[in-house]
Amino acid sequence: MKQDLVIVGAGPAGMGAAIEARRAGLSVLVLDEQSAPGGQIYRQVERVTLTETARADRLGPDYAHGAALVREFRDSGAEYLPGAMVWQIEAGKVWYLSGDRAASADAGQILMATGAIERPMTRKGWTLPGVMSAGGVQILLKSSGMIPGADTVLAGSGPLLYLIAGQILAAGGRLQAIVETVPSSRYLAAARHLPAALGTGYLSKGLAMLMGLRRKGVQIYRGVSDLEVTGRDRAEALHFRHKGQAVTLTTSLVVLHEGVIPNQQITRLTECAHDWNPAQDCFEPRTDDWGNASVPGLMIAGDGAGIGGAWAAEAGGRLAGLEAARAAGRIDTTTRDAQAAPLRARLNALIRGRGFLEVLYAPSAPVPKDDATIVCRCEEITAGQIREAVAIGGLGPNQVKSYLRCGMGPCQGRMCGPVVTAIIAEERGVSPDAIGYFRIRPPLKPIPLAAIANAEPGDG
Amino acid sequence: MSFTRTPTAARSVQFSFDGMPVQAREGDSVAAALLAAGIDRFRTTPKQGKPRLPYCMMGICFDCLLEIDGEANRQGCMVEVRDGMQVRRQDQSREVRL
Ligand code: FES
Repeated sequence: MKQDLVIVGAGPAGMGAAIEARRAGLSVLVLDEQSAPGGQIYRQVERVTLTETARADRLGPDYAHGAALVREFRDSGAEYLPGAMVWQIEAGKVWYLSGDRAASADAGQILMATGAIERPMTRKGWTLPGVMSAGGVQILLKSSGMIPGADTVLAGSGPLLYLIAGQILAAGGRLQAIVETVPSSRYLAAARHLPAALGTGYLSKGLAMLMGLRRKGVQIYRGVSDLEVTGRDRAEALHFRHKGQAVTLTTSLVVLHEGVIPNQQITRLTECAHDWNPAQDCFEPRTDDWGNASVPGLMIAGDGAGIGGAWAAEAGGRLAGLEAARAAGRIDTTTRDAQAAPLRARLNALIRGRGFLEVLYAPSAPVPKDDATIVCRCEEITAGQIREAVAIGGLGPNQVKSYLRCGMGPCQGRMCGPVVTAIIAEERGVSPDAIGYFRIRPPLKPIPLAAIANAEPGDG
Repeated sequence: MSFTRTPTAARSVQFSFDGMPVQAREGDSVAAALLAAGIDRFRTTPKQGKPRLPYCMMGICFDCLLEIDGEANRQGCMVEVRDGMQVRRQDQSREVRL
């Protein structure tokens, strides 16, 4: 059966879009890789709120909003298929793997709402067991109630670092230290945006969290550089420079975070146009105000279209849902615009507060200085090898890929792509915009050959 | 690296890792269950033979690749653990089909 709208991703944007599109009478199919709706931000929100009220309280009021949104989504009448991994999108057709069966769905319009990934924090020693991303540690806490040990060190920058620290402490855990890579000059530069940030709640929330941490004995190092993790077969210590001194912390778990960037995999696969956003130091797919991509019939909403956080993602998703209804002829432009007005007002308020965060938490060192740092985790390719490949004429990511196999391992460049672009741009002294990104080919994730052989088109 | 668990009402689940029995909680991913059990290596890298554990827990890094119920190259962080599941480590080079 052909669906008016197929949505990839059941996070805030995908759910928001499904709700609005259904309200306007569209048939909607939502495919999501997780086993329950919510995306990363409201991960397993139903299970947590149903069975463990105490844990839901600790995770905060935003999480409670997530529970309400998931309920609204469940009641919307959208067809929802969890555990469905999308591996190819062609004109009007979405291919996915559900269990061990490949299937496809025909779509009038396709909305990609696959969210953000953490910016790869490529530092020496980051491949050692005992080094994890902050998002990963948060998932362990949210989904499995796992609290890391008291020697844990959080390192990097971005509001998520403090949020997670607060969540670990609230769950009864302890932390050794937070090691912040934000240069002190950034605080001054960001202060320019303070008036806009005040009143949006971003700032007061941040300060409250910070004060709680100090009281609980968490050491805080500001303005550090030259992070490196060492250890034989697992992380044993984190080293860095702080106020001109070399500091070493003994630790068995280093948690890295340096903000989030759009997950480009699916928007690159579908050959949507992307632009470089210098303020956020990342590529963003090009969209209009409604989420329409450069490729007709394709839409993008949420953090995958540009980082704005969960509330902005939901508003953006709802706008895309309204636009999909207009494009399908279910509502006229006037109705769409009237229903969009409060959503736009909310979005503008959210965007006003983010200038401060963007300046303060701009990534401090996207390109690893040390040639021995592994950039491609899968194929174990170092920064030095990539620089050499550029020196002998590897002018773009796809040439470097074919020289080195960098980006050809199982993660298909998800972890090294942004850094490979950044290294080539730096070596050649041009903007990342001029360098571009890896070409992404189907399937989006490895799938069993048998599943492709048995694929049944159109049975979605 | 070690984790303690918050109290829960979740049912416990039994599965095996390289033939060894492991206790998990309903709702855990395979990767989370193995980290909670203190497993120190999911796989070794094809080139340098270095040990790896999950890094991202959200399907991005592929450092959690495992053989699950006979099927190679499954992302341990994206698969929910079930009673009786048989999980195996993937050492050295195992070509990933793309
Ligand atoms: S831990 Fe990164 S993909 Fe599973």
